[in-house]
Amino acid sequence: MSEKASTKSGGYEKPLPEFRPETKPYWDACKKHEFSLPRCKKCGKVFFYPRALCPVCMSQDLELIKASGKAKVWTFAIHHMGPTPAYKGEPPYVVAIVETQEGVKMMTNIVGCKPEDVRIGMAVEVVFDDVTPEVTLPKFKPIGK
Amino acid sequence: MKRVSVIGIGNTRYGVIKDRSFLDLAVEAGKKAMADAGITTDEVEAFYLGNYAGSDFINQNHLAPYVGAALRLRRDIPCTHIENACASGGSAVREGILAIGSGTAGKVLVIGIEKMNTVPTPKVTEFLAKAGDWEHEVKVGYTFPSAFAMMARRHMHQYGTTREHLAAVTVKNHTNALKNPDAQMQKLVSMEQILNDNRVVADPLRLYDCSLITDGASAVILADKGTARNLSRKPVDIIGFAQANDSFALYQKDDLTRFDATVEAANMAFQMAGVKREDVDVAEVHDCFTIAEIIAIEDLGFVPKGEGGPATLDGLTSLNGKFAVNPSGGLKAKGHPVGATGVGQIVEIVEQLRGEAGDRQVKDAEIGLTHNLGGSGATCVVHILARC
Ligand SMILES: CC(C)(COP(=O)(O)OP(=O)(O)OC[C@H]1O[C@@H](n2cnc3c(N)ncnc32)[C@H](O)[C@@H]1OP(=O)(O)O)[C@@H](O)C(=O)NCCC(=O)NCCS
Repeated sequence: MSEKASTKSGGYEKPLPEFRPETKPYWDACKKHEFSLPRCKKCGKVFFYPRALCPVCMSQDLELIKASGKAKVWTFAIHHMGPTPAYKGEPPYVVAIVETQEGVKMMTNIVGCKPEDVRIGMAVEVVFDDVTPEVTLPKFKPIGK
Repeated sequence: MKRVSVIGIGNTRYGVIKDRSFLDLAVEAGKKAMADAGITTDEVEAFYLGNYAGSDFINQNHLAPYVGAALRLRRDIPCTHIENACASGGSAVREGILAIGSGTAGKVLVIGIEKMNTVPTPKVTEFLAKAGDWEHEVKVGYTFPSAFAMMARRHMHQYGTTREHLAAVTVKNHTNALKNPDAQMQKLVSMEQILNDNRVVADPLRLYDCSLITDGASAVILADKGTARNLSRKPVDIIGFAQANDSFALYQKDDLTRFDATVEAANMAFQMAGVKREDVDVAEVHDCFTIAEIIAIEDLGFVPKGEGGPATLDGLTSLNGKFAVNPSGGLKAKGHPVGATGVGQIVEIVEQLRGEAGDRQVKDAEIGLTHNLGGSGATCVVHILARC
């Protein structure tokens, strides 16, 4: 069973996360502007993305921990020509892989600065974008901006 | 396992093809390969179709019997569709080899095909992006140009690769394509033109770093070596082949300047073939973006890590270089009809090893290699072929 977050709200037309039993707590925390990461209670592994089984030991005994929200840019691209229809009118925008202080990597957007100012190794912190009344997306911006 | 030979090859033209349907393209390539092998339709004992996204581009599923019926293949044979993103064609060839090796089929037809120019570019980009992780990558605006842009940026950061190095791949592949009548891109481009062109797709990659959006089909006929010897065409043997996998999502990789699947597949294929890197005269590698060719020649072990860019700029991989890479023009300039690409690479290498590649013939080519990559590297298929 999956509950698709509303796509009508506020004219936001990009694809939205799916709320499923194993992902809903993560998105609920984002909605409260809290950045959390899943952790396995059995083997201690902190990982991304939220799921029902630990990717290392397969345990189902998982928790969400409050994460620092601090990360470093590992690599990035600045989108110009030919984005998908959902991202029409959006370029230039930055797609980046960041590595959080907890050691997990995730694909995200860098916001809050000019795309050309992004650098590999740049220190960034989480910022929350309330894209619809139900959905808040975590993105990253340069620390201090 | 029985040794397998390629006994027939066929290509359609690669390009924006409005006057041929998906089926017409598949049938054209398939019939050409059968004619080349000198066999009849009734001799085909198994059929594999490599196709990535027919369900998106032409709203059609159940594609292998769809094509099989149009070709009027025998009723008592299996028709099977293989989807492995941009490596669908290479994987389909591999399945064909296994069918012969297992003794369940004597002669096998493999067709790779994609018809992509049915929708505007943004929609093509969306369909292609489905080969990435939809939930955790594509939803934040990730596409294949941005995937390879992120790899290029790491390669530049770690090894000092420059835009000039990337451009050298484009200059070479456009030059080669001009000698290939089936290639989509028939336009020379100079280093200067590329460096001054500011049409950015996903920075640091620009228009001239990207492969093309292509319609086209390629086909091969495979047979066991014993059967092949009695046929009119000079057979080319597949002496090594391997397929490997890697982390699915780009962000899950440990190193963006290397494809583990390529390294593994290459090691296994070379071991099986019993030949060395320096024995390879010609290679068709998966240059979906310029950086991908640079990484490929490093991962395949032709040049040390980080030296792919300088080696290309120095002409090591040009048509008359130490070993020719992408004499066909590659995905960059011959074109990249996604599901056809891996089969088309085999077709090119067979032409080269038969000595029938015309103006783009690599002199005295005896051993050739194909390298076909899927998605952001989660699948890689390598084949090594030899003139016998
Ligand atoms: C780069 C890309 C976005 C350009 O598409 P587009 O914006 O629709 O470009 P158009 O088709 O309108 O072409 C504009 C011009 O650029 C040229 N052109 C298009 N793509 C080109 C390319 N990759 N290299 C060189 N020239 C190209 C066209 O010939 C045309 O030239 P003209 O003005 O002289 O006629 C598109 O080719 C693309 O997405 N390529 C990558 C495909 C891909 O990701 N494949 C899978 C890899 S895993």
